[in-house]
Amino acid sequence: MEKSPVLVAAVTLTGLIVLGFALPDWAQFLMTIALAKGLVSLGIVAGMRCGVVSFGQGLYFCLGAYTAGLMSRWTGVTDVFLLTFLSVIVAGGVGVIFGPLLSRYRGIFFAMLSLSLSMILFGALAKTTSLGGTDGVNVAAPTFAGYAPEGGALATALYLFIVTVTVIIGTVMRIVFDSQSGLVSLAVRSNELRVEYLGSSANGIVAVSYVIAAILGGVGGVVTALAIGHVDPEYAFWTTSGEFVFVAILAGYLSIPAVFVASIVLEVVRSFSNLYFPNTWQLVLGVFLLVVILVRPDGIGSIKLWRRRESAGAAEPSA
Amino acid sequence: MNDIALETKNLVKNFGAVTAAKDVSIAVPAGAVWSLIGSNGAGKTTFVNMVTGYLHPDSGQILFQGRDITRLGPRTITRAGICRSFQIPQLCGELTTIENVLVAHAINRSATPSFFRRANETEEMGRALALLERFKIAEYRNRLMGELPAGVRKLLDIAMAMTGEPKVILLDEPTSGVATEEKFPIMDLVMEALSAEGVTTLFVEHDMEIVTRYSERVLAFYDGRIIANDAPNEVLSDPQVQRYVTGTPLTAS
Ligand SMILES: Nc1ncnc2c1ncn2[C@@H]1O[C@H](COP(=O)(O)OP(=O)(O)O)[C@@H](O)[C@H]1O
Ligand SMILES: [Mg+2]
Repeated sequence: MEKSPVLVAAVTLTGLIVLGFALPDWAQFLMTIALAKGLVSLGIVAGMRCGVVSFGQGLYFCLGAYTAGLMSRWTGVTDVFLLTFLSVIVAGGVGVIFGPLLSRYRGIFFAMLSLSLSMILFGALAKTTSLGGTDGVNVAAPTFAGYAPEGGALATALYLFIVTVTVIIGTVMRIVFDSQSGLVSLAVRSNELRVEYLGSSANGIVAVSYVIAAILGGVGGVVTALAIGHVDPEYAFWTTSGEFVFVAILAGYLSIPAVFVASIVLEVVRSFSNLYFPNTWQLVLGVFLLVVILVRPDGIGSIKLWRRRESAGAAEPSA
Repeated sequence: MNDIALETKNLVKNFGAVTAAKDVSIAVPAGAVWSLIGSNGAGKTTFVNMVTGYLHPDSGQILFQGRDITRLGPRTITRAGICRSFQIPQLCGELTTIENVLVAHAINRSATPSFFRRANETEEMGRALALLERFKIAEYRNRLMGELPAGVRKLLDIAMAMTGEPKVILLDEPTSGVATEEKFPIMDLVMEALSAEGVTTLFVEHDMEIVTRYSERVLAFYDGRIIANDAPNEVLSDPQVQRYVTGTPLTAS
């Protein structure tokens, strides 16, 4: 029996909401950031399924974050739904511009080109004093369709927002990954020549995955900016992009929950090593990734518990 | 049936100093089954590559049902109705046999496959399985490409080409790399499927018994040129062909 994605989504969402009320404030905040950043990594995973790894998702993360920061500063718009919508338009729009260009490249060229785009944004923002330069801008506290919570209530509202968004996007992406288009993506990853000779454009499929990743990057950025209350050019810096790639590789491309688990693991490791072993957390992360690659080369998503049957693989037609 | 399905006019293709095609002109009637012979490097694959848009000729023209397709790419040509198989099967290695067919069907349905229709829904699985059964490789449906015997890989490659419901198909060495005793069963299966659909067929082959048995006409390639274009027995008894292609004179059968 296939589990219905909607049922899985409802159960997961309920669980996360209950969990949110049980968690201490710091952990709730950590979860909000981890899930928001997990969305960015999920975008990278969508690309990995077509065989490309974007090393520049900081670009879209940053665009989403600055959309939130600048809208509240210039127009006073603080509504989380409107800001999210706008960041989807901005990030998705930029993705539509660069997607067709990048989709002509593969491997290290794709990774480096995507990285260079994010570094251009980083450089431009750092030099633009009207946008705060390297200091960035503060982001006003968000409102929720007129509801304007403060302090702990605000953190909880944002947590509820991100878990809802995460579960919805996760469910949609599961459906997309399991769809005909999702299977064709895996075919592009395996053999582009065959895909072309069947009559579809491998570059087109890569471009679409890039636009999806851009949108997810924008959503992740807007929520992170609202949670932290501040954005700066570091959002587009290569180390930020590197962490998203780290999470995507840690998770592998088989499981969607694994992406968010990997993102949570990263945030937990970061918090604890900052607390107990300052300046060693890169070391900890490096060792961790090494172990995962040695033990689970397909990522922690290949652990049985999370591994949904990849499309038709093991399924026998019943009839 | 005198309609010409595929016509090439004076195709020329050079790779540096190597002439891979020189004045290649043919006209294949709809529904015909022709074979291409020639020693390694004679230009057979180059011909297939040019007709299917992977390579463009330096000069000359390719017409499909009277329409000029000389400058089109593989995608457009496939969708127009010319499909091919490969000398080295081009399969999706990370996918299972049936998933390869699901991919082919999905793309055949639309160049931009659905984002919401499940890849493995019952109807699609049934269709894919039926194709595998037709080629007698259904038992391998859940195997990855690396685990498939050579003959099965060849058949799957051809089966995937056929999902495009081609009007013209070009098979590049359908039986190469396959054990001798498997060659005839493979050709039987493939030719039966193709003739059922009335597909115009060109196949590249080194085994003269297969050429004689399955093709109505033979094109002999040498050094990028067609040195003979006639019925199998005529071509195989041609002294030039014997000298440059088959090597030894065939004793008349
Ligand atoms: N892409 C290419 N680049 C350079 N030379 C090529 C290329 N493709 C084929 N050739 C050359 O063209 C000639 C014909 O090759 P090919 O068509 O593959 O022969 P066949 O399929 O008859 O064995 C050979 O000399 C081969 O080396
Ligand atoms: Mg060849």
